[in-house]
Amino acid sequence: MTARRVVMALAAPVSAFAFSVLISSAVLVAVGTNPIDAWAEMLSFGMRLETLVETSNRATPLYLAGIAVAIGFRMNLFNIGVEGQYTIAALLAASAGAAMTLPAPLHILVIIIVAMLVGSLFSGVAGYLKVTRGVHEVISTIMLNAIAWAMVGYLMRTWLADPNDTTLNLKTREIAESGRFPNLNGLLQTFTRDIKGGRELGGFIIVAAVVGIVFHLYLTRTRSGYDLRITGLNPFAAEASGVDPKATVIRAMLLSGAVAGLIGLPEILGDDFKYDLSFTKGLGFAGIAVALIGRNHPAGIAVGALLFGWLDSAAPILDVRGDAPREIVSILQGVVVLSAVVAYEVVSRVRQAQEARDTAIATAVPQPAGDDRADAGVDQ
Amino acid sequence: MNPVPLKESRALRWMIAILGLVLVLSVTQELARPETTDLISAGTAGSTLRRAVPILLAGLGGIWAERAGVVNIGLEGMMILGTWFGAWGALEFGPWWGIAIGIAGGAAGGLLHAVATVGFGVDHIISGVAINILAPGITRFLSREIFATRTGGGITQSPRVESVGHVDFPFLSGGEVFGWASPDIFGWIADRGWFLVSDLFAVASGITSNVSWATLLALALVPGTVYILWRTPFGLRVRSCGEHPVAADSLGVNVYRMKYAAVIISGGMAGFGGAFIAIEQTGIYREAQTQGRGFIGLATVIFGNWQPLGALLGSLLFGFADALQLRDRTAVHALLLLTGVAVAAIALRSLRRRQPVGGAVLLAIAALMLWWYSVTESVMSELPPVTPHIATLLVLVFATSRLRMPAADGMRYRKGQE
Repeated sequence: MTARRVVMALAAPVSAFAFSVLISSAVLVAVGTNPIDAWAEMLSFGMRLETLVETSNRATPLYLAGIAVAIGFRMNLFNIGVEGQYTIAALLAASAGAAMTLPAPLHILVIIIVAMLVGSLFSGVAGYLKVTRGVHEVISTIMLNAIAWAMVGYLMRTWLADPNDTTLNLKTREIAESGRFPNLNGLLQTFTRDIKGGRELGGFIIVAAVVGIVFHLYLTRTRSGYDLRITGLNPFAAEASGVDPKATVIRAMLLSGAVAGLIGLPEILGDDFKYDLSFTKGLGFAGIAVALIGRNHPAGIAVGALLFGWLDSAAPILDVRGDAPREIVSILQGVVVLSAVVAYEVVSRVRQAQEARDTAIATAVPQPAGDDRADAGVDQ
Repeated sequence: MNPVPLKESRALRWMIAILGLVLVLSVTQELARPETTDLISAGTAGSTLRRAVPILLAGLGGIWAERAGVVNIGLEGMMILGTWFGAWGALEFGPWWGIAIGIAGGAAGGLLHAVATVGFGVDHIISGVAINILAPGITRFLSREIFATRTGGGITQSPRVESVGHVDFPFLSGGEVFGWASPDIFGWIADRGWFLVSDLFAVASGITSNVSWATLLALALVPGTVYILWRTPFGLRVRSCGEHPVAADSLGVNVYRMKYAAVIISGGMAGFGGAFIAIEQTGIYREAQTQGRGFIGLATVIFGNWQPLGALLGSLLFGFADALQLRDRTAVHALLLLTGVAVAAIALRSLRRRQPVGGAVLLAIAALMLWWYSVTESVMSELPPVTPHIATLLVLVFATSRLRMPAADGMRYRKGQE
């Protein structure tokens, strides 16, 4: 029984990934390159220590984005607004961090808290509009994304821009040394060799891991997380058993936004120490993809984030060697997402049919008529 | 209950509304005279129309899908496919083929959405999001393969493409009839400087001169959609799938087939919108040139209460904000004045309907707007592009009770299951 469950759980993502590799290979064949060469190239480049460090650095914000999205998804709440929430949170957190000097751990903590507050404030608007005015969160968060970008553009240009800046690249002032997140190079190099090319293993991955664990414990070990989960599974049963649906929506939105606020921090605290025009965009949407691949489970999201991070880090070699265009990876990622959601749907339907059959067999009256009924249940 | 568009009374109401709008614009224009002359002019009207078309097409696409009960967040992705395939088709075979291939590209995205949502029963939002992630990946790859090797092209853009051509309406805006230049009546009246009348004709002149054939085709899709969805058996079947698919199935409607058809048409419309941006608006494919217009189109669906005419109105409104900002930055400042006047008008209506609280709040907002206008020289350039989004949020917040979406919109449907 458990073996079957494991096979069922792995069947969907594995087959989705295999299908995506197949499709991308077909595309590569169609444009006249050898897919096997390309994949082999990516694999050998992707196993280098430097690429793996890069993978971790790219996967960290993706993982946080995936968790932020998943908090909503777990109760059928679609926070499409992660994109806007993390952008404005990163800008304000970077500015706040630059405006003060505190002892090292405290400084970082304050920046993190500011980012989480801004993120949840912004997502809270969508939650508030949903419970008070019945505005669907998909539409409101899409609109709020655009509003967040406009606000970021305006603030960058006016109040928060670095007054001493002489270049045309708009940026905020830099965060002092005490507000910077240490990297993990020392730790990694004791186990492996020296990391070349000035690469740094971002330390924020620890925060991401903690967020993942807390998310898991929250869902499985707390009353409030339980409320959130059962609201997602069956809102009517949840309400009937005393869960306040409005409070749950607000709470989920606030938590989702708070985690969203963290997404930009690996870059702000570990790499750039300021918010500027080159700040990474699109992580919120990528987070949706990662959450979908990971089925909103903290471990699954980690796999999704690492997969996307690895694909992004290993792809540039394709251009260097000229075997295939690196853009094939974006097709691969898109196909993975779409085929994964389809595969999950199919597997869950197969599982439901199987459970219906098992139940029918288990509860059947030991007469031939009982078997007929069981078969009828499967046909649906 | 049953929306019957273009009844006589309704046509009359529309005309009055348009006249009222022009009146408000004229008055505001007079008030803002030395600062800007672009608030109501032939140029602004023409530009508004051009800017509105892609939003309108995305909106119509949204209406087709949602009337059949499928929420289409993937409109943006389908539009992106439309921009790429439109530009590619225009480059290879000419602009009209570009439009056709752009439509086909969007429709392919629609087919994908239909396979996932209707065929496999995947959640509509999830499938739409996945398509929005997939589409830029596809176009990026294709650009790299096809545009990057051409002169003027690159990984993120195509070489320049030709547009489908423009027309001036004969007799109205001085178009040619068999080589004879007919008089430009609208333009002549517009130049007279008669208050209101000239402004009205300036608008008419703007939307009848130098009009792209593709714009006319897009506008024809509004009555076309109304006719097909509300006047034909096919349309009735499509809408019944969006209202109550189980009942439709019991009456012999092939619900899956209707939903497939509607979502593919939806993708085709979005693809047309994308192709229009690439071929008519910019004359080039550029990465991310849709700038979220698919989402704004989705907003017009809600804004327009799932009605094609409503979507047209919404797209014109958003197109106007867009056009004004592109043409004349100072005109945007005058927009504050316009909004203030408009809100004041709504406030007075509320007061007359004995809604003192709402009226007072609106009056306060109007006063704030006018104060803002009077104490500032210009408005931040970031504001106008997000006016559609703010307007949509406000409509959703304050007018939710007057909106009615199709009853089974966004729900999974499996044949044989309630």
